[in-house]
Parts: sequence; C-alpha cells; structure tokens
Amino acid sequence: MRGATHAKWAVCAVAVALAATACGGGGNSGGSGGDGSGVVRSSWGDPQNPLEPANTNEVQGGKVMDMLFRGLKRYNSKTGAAEDMLADKIETTDSINFKITVKDGWTFSNGEKVTAQSFVDAWNYGADLRNNQKNAYFFGQIDGYDKVHPDSGTPSATNLSGLKVTGPLTFSVKLNQKFSLWPDTLGYAAFAPLPKAFFDNHAAWVSKPIGNGPYTIESYTKGSQMSLRKWDAYPGTDKAQNGGVDLKVYTDNNTAYTDLTAGNLDLVDDVPASQLKNVNADLNGRYINTPAGIIQTLAFPFYDPAWNKADSDKVRKGLSMAINRKQITETIFQKTRTPATDWTSPVLGKDGGFQDGLCGDSCDYNPGEAKKLVQEGGGIPGGQVKIGYNADTGSHKEWVDAVCNSINNALGNDKACVGLPTGTFADFRNKITQKKMSGPFRAGWQMDYPLIQNFLQPLYYTNASSNDGKWSNKEFDKLVDQANAESDRAKAVKIFQQAEGVVRDNMAAIPLWYQNGSAGYSDKVSNVALNPFSVPVYNEIKVS
Amino acid sequence: MGRYVIRRLLQMIPVFFGATLLIFLMVNVMGDPIAGLCGEKQCDPATAAQLEKEFGLDKPVWQQYLTYMGNVFTGDFGTAFNGQKVTELMAAAFPVTIRLTIVAILFEIVIGISLGVVTGLRRGRPVDTTVLLLTLVVISVPTFVTGLLLQLLLGVEWGIIKPAVSTEATFSELIVPGLVLASVSLAYVTRLTRTSIAENRRADYVRTAIAKGLPRRRVIVRHLLRNSLIPVVTFIGTDIGALMGGAIVTERIFNIHGVGYQLYQGIVRQNTQTVVGFVTVLVLVFLTANLIVDLLYAVLDPRIRYA
Repeated sequence: MRGATHAKWAVCAVAVALAATACGGGGNSGGSGGDGSGVVRSSWGDPQNPLEPANTNEVQGGKVMDMLFRGLKRYNSKTGAAEDMLADKIETTDSINFKITVKDGWTFSNGEKVTAQSFVDAWNYGADLRNNQKNAYFFGQIDGYDKVHPDSGTPSATNLSGLKVTGPLTFSVKLNQKFSLWPDTLGYAAFAPLPKAFFDNHAAWVSKPIGNGPYTIESYTKGSQMSLRKWDAYPGTDKAQNGGVDLKVYTDNNTAYTDLTAGNLDLVDDVPASQLKNVNADLNGRYINTPAGIIQTLAFPFYDPAWNKADSDKVRKGLSMAINRKQITETIFQKTRTPATDWTSPVLGKDGGFQDGLCGDSCDYNPGEAKKLVQEGGGIPGGQVKIGYNADTGSHKEWVDAVCNSINNALGNDKACVGLPTGTFADFRNKITQKKMSGPFRAGWQMDYPLIQNFLQPLYYTNASSNDGKWSNKEFDKLVDQANAESDRAKAVKIFQQAEGVVRDNMAAIPLWYQNGSAGYSDKVSNVALNPFSVPVYNEIKVS
Repeated sequence: MGRYVIRRLLQMIPVFFGATLLIFLMVNVMGDPIAGLCGEKQCDPATAAQLEKEFGLDKPVWQQYLTYMGNVFTGDFGTAFNGQKVTELMAAAFPVTIRLTIVAILFEIVIGISLGVVTGLRRGRPVDTTVLLLTLVVISVPTFVTGLLLQLLLGVEWGIIKPAVSTEATFSELIVPGLVLASVSLAYVTRLTRTSIAENRRADYVRTAIAKGLPRRRVIVRHLLRNSLIPVVTFIGTDIGALMGGAIVTERIFNIHGVGYQLYQGIVRQNTQTVVGFVTVLVLVFLTANLIVDLLYAVLDPRIRYA
C-alpha cells in the first residue's frame, strides 16, 4: 500500500514537470499581423540610476529616455543631424543670447501641455547641485550655473539666472560664453521637458515616468521588465510603428542571445563577443554592425616631464605608427571596431566634421618609420611603454596585449611594451584623476551629442572635464574659442577641424579605432536600425 | 535541549558581527563606490562630493559600519544606487532564490538519497559502478558547462524549455536550473549516502532487525536509512547556505533575477549597500541552517543528547 502511494507521487511529479515544461515551450509571441499593433521584445540591462532625464548617463536608461521623451531637437537616426522637434524657432544674433519658441499642440501623456515653463523647470532641476543629477554639467554653459552648481560648498541659488520665461511658449537663454552650435546640443535627453507631476510627486514619477514621447509606460518592474506601449494621442510625426516595446532585463548578454536564437526575443542590441563568429549563420544576416559615436584612444600623461619633452611628439607618432590597427580590429574584435583615421567619429558625417584620413601617415602601420621616429624622439621614456587599463570589464587585456605585440615587433624589441592592468575601473579612474599614470593609458570617449565640438573640447581643451592626460595647447584653445564664437555652422566646423589638426600635429592622443554598435534581430521584426548612439530606433521597428 | 539552543544562538552573535564587518571592509577596500556609480564618465567633483555625503561615504569606515549596523537593526538596509531600497531588492530577489534552492534541495534529497540507497545496497554490482561513474562525471564537469549545455539542448535545439526564466520565475520554470544548481551536490549526496548505507548494513541493529523478521522495507527505511542519514543531513543543511550564495553562475545562465544576480550587480557597480545587505542576510541563513542541522541530529539519533 505504502509502495503504491510512493509510485503515485512520483508519477504526479513527472506529470507536473512535463506539463510545466510544455507550457514553458510555447511562449507568447509578440506578433499580431502587420497592423502595427505587435509588440517588440527587446533585451535590456538594469539602468544604473533612477530614470530621470538629467540623471541618465548610460545606454540602458538612455533607451527608455529615447522612447519616453522628445526635446527641442532630435538627432536624425541616420545622419545624426540635429533637427527641430518641439522647437519652432531658436534665434540668436550674438551666439550668446538665444530666443526659443516651443511648438504649440504638444502635451505630456497625462494631458498636461508642454510649455516653456516645462523646459525651464526641468533644466533648473537638472542643474541644481542638491538634486545630484549626473548630467548637470550639460547646463554648465548657461549663465548662473556656478551659482546653482558651485565646484565646492552649497549652492547660493536654485534657478539658473540665464533662463527666463517670456511667454507661454517662449523663453530666453543666456550663455556664459559664445557657443554657436549650442542649439544642436538640445537633442540630448538631459534637455527634455518635465511635467508638473515630476515635481509634485517625485517618488511616484520615478517609479513610473511620464513623458511626451511616442510611448507610455504600461508597467515597470524594477530590475526585470518594462513594458512600453504606443501612445495613440502622440502629437509628433514620428509615431511608433509598433504596438509597444517590452524591455526585458537579462543577467547576461549570452542568455539574451540564446533567447533570440530560440525565438523568445526579437531584438538584442549587444551581441556577445563570443558569438560574433556564428552570428551571420545563426541569424541569417539579421545582424547590424555600424559605427557608433565612440572612439578609443591612448592618452598620455602630459604632467609627467618624461612624456612632455620637446621631441616627445615624435615618440608618440612613432608609437602610433607601430600599431597595426587593421589586423587588431579584424582578429581581436571580429571587425566590430573600425581603424581610426581621425579623432572624431564617422557618425558625424562629412558635414559634421568627420574627416577620413585626417591623421595621415601617423595612423598607418609603418614599422620602419616607427622605429626611426621613436629613436629621433629620444627613445621611449624609461625604456619601456606600459599601457594602463582596467582589468575588470570590457576585456581590455586582449587588445592591449595585441597593441604591445605590434609595438614590440615594429621596434624590434620584445620588452618595448607591456600592459599595466589596474584591478577595477574605479581604481583606474582614481589613478587618472590623481595624475598617477606613468605611461600611456586606455581612454575612450562616447559622444554626448553628434557634434565635432563634443569630440574635441571636453577631451583636449586646457583643464576640460575629460582631459585625462592634462594636455594643454594655446593654439588649440584659441581655435576652439574661435569656432564656438563663429555663427556660421559650416565655418565653425572648419575651424574645429583646424583645431583637430593641432591635436594631430602634436599627437595629443593616439587614435585607435571607432567602436561599432551591434544588434541582432528575429525574423518577426523589420526596419531595425541603430542610431548614432548605438541605441535601436525603437519607434521605427515594424512587427510582422 | 533548551539551554543548548540558547547557547548556540549566543554563539551566532560574534560570528554574525565578524562576518558582516569583514564583508564591509572588503567592499570598501575594492575602491571608490562613487566612481562605480558614475559609470564610464566621471562625475563632476561637486556632484561626486554631494553623492558621497548622501551615501555617508565621507565618514571613516568604522563609523560607516556602526551607522550601517544600527540601521540594520531597525530594518533599514540602505538604498541602492538606482534609488531602490535594498529591502525592496531583497523582497524581489530572495523568494526567487529560495524557490530555486528548494528545487535544488528536493533534487538532492529525492534523487541523491534514492540513488545512494540503491547503490549502497548493491555495492559492486553494475548499477553501483554505473552510478559511481556518473557522479564522477557530474562532479568533474563545471556547473556552467552543464548549464549552458542543457540550455542549448533543451532550450534551443529541442525547444522543451525556454532558455531564459521569466520574471515570475515559477517552480516549473526552475526545474532545469534547479537540477543544474543541484548537480554537483547531488553527486556528493549520492556518494555520502552510499558509503553510509554500505557501512551500516553490517551493523548489529540491522542484523537484529532482520532477525526479528521485520519486512525488508521497514528495515531499510526505519533502521538502516535513519541512522545513515546523519552525515547526509549535515551536508544538505550546510548546502542550503552554499546554494543560495553560490547561485551566481546558474542565475546568470538562466536569467534568474535572484540573490546571485543582485550580488553580482552590486559587486560590479561597487554598490556597498547591496553587497553588504545581501551578504548579511546570507550569513543569517547559513547560521540558521547550521543550527537546524544540529537540532536534527537529536531527532535522527536519540543517542545524541545535548546538555
């Protein structure tokens, strides 16, 4: 009798298991015909910060901002050009005072009208030091920023004095220095307008943000999933072509990729490096690999006298020529990097300031010339190049070792270059900010907005925020100031390119390669593309 | 018995404080949490200073520890960097991992002990050799290999399961991940049970029981198994804590948003509050599991008495 019950129990367990797995196998498919009501199932990573426009500085939160908000400008998903979105007019005569008119007829998804006040309130909030917004520096060009966001101490004002509401749909902005391309920065998420609900009940807003973009949030389970649905009353022309997007948090991009191949996911925007070899076979060509606004460079410690001698630029150029960029991008990165030939990015386009081949011979692999130049420059300081990198993320070791191999071969000295790992990224950053680097180190730049200014000023201007090598050059600074004051866009870009020429002549940093964005998608979706920030253009994806 | 329990509970206090202090120090040694918080781009110095103040990172470590422990006793585990309360993260993560652990432990108990009994009773026979070989294979293959292989075969090739577990993480979805998580321990349980059974089979009380003419099933379950289970129970008990903390690999492979995932995220982002909070709870789980094991001894073998 007892035996019988045991057997029955076992049978039940097996039955439950089978039933369960059978249910698991089916799954809910997102598609519902080509009527634009299908839902895109996309991979996601847990955002690092609370979802506020001025506090989102990484790509995962950025995806949501892109679906949820529309600002004064929007960057064209193909060309990267800043185009008017909510901005009716942005006028200036002196590149310092701007008059902005907001288009009529826009509302937030809760019905509230988007007015000039919505922008001014949002920007004041973003700039205020007391709100700990990580993108506060975006408002640094506006007059009065030093009062609401002092370098130390407590703020003495809550509002930016340079912002004035002049009418229901108009406001004026006064900058603290000339910056003709400033309107083009307004496509960045930090400049998005915020509804009253954000200020009235901040906690509720953060748990379920309300914006003015083509999507609204249906549900949000922090750390696991966000369901965005098409907002039918969206007033813009770039309405969602699908019924919505389900962003699913994955613990590992390998799992997301596996789920894509098993048909449980429609879009993965971070194909794991280990799968790049199989991706074309697995996905039947449904794979995108396009340059993003990210460039990797090697920076130098200009505060170290050994690296800042009169002839040091020859050593830097020699090292640059000793690196076989083509081979490394093909073998180590499986062509997901493109060898760099200037200090910006191809996403800027020709008109935006990208200049293919600006670097010239200095970026071509030429071992003979490399050896000669390094010798002329007085040899490598200390007899050995130690390339600094952080070992915890991004598998930097592989390419640093490859770069060193390349340098060693070119210089005919197998001790000429070694990698110098630092345990964690945080520690690496600490060493950089405390000026403790003794040789070249890995540096990378992901653009904030597709402007040539963004690739030069923050990185090479004297004492700029991300000038990690502390390079300083009067000629360069002068040209940047001049370009910012130039009201004609094309002329401004020209002068920026001249400034970039100064960077080249001094080899202020060795450009290595442009980073590509990669994405794979299922056969249920079409019209998938990555924008210049390597974020999928969700609202244009069609579900069949 | 009562005095023993009290003594054991008192012993747990220094262990608890020691373990949490160690973790706290280790996390703080790892580097600057603010740099981790700001990501690839550096925060401007004013914002960084402001954030440090908000998270109390500008104070000496000992003071941070005292404040932290003080808060823990009021049920406040601090705030993670994404603005969520750590207690909220725990409320989301622990139930999932507990379910996963239950599945794993059930596999260990049901399959592990049954196989152990079968092989222990048939020592040297083909069944025994086969199972021994199998357990050897399972022990020697790393968990992530087993996990990825099962995921690929069952999830992608044959489509029997979904390769990734959904947000709800129901019991049925956790069967395969649970089996993967349990696999190595399962092999150990089998081997432990087998040895123990084989040894006790020749014990006097078993011979007596057989001589009394008791049915074979009763001899095995009531007399042989009950006495052979002591080392197995010890192992399974301590394994509960190990499984919960060690689920990082399995949870990553199968996309389970449990304790392992949160711990991993916390470490990668240098999020002191999350790491210390979760480890504190795990330490408590470990200590409680050990206490229960010790108490179970007395139930299994009345000869073991506590003063």
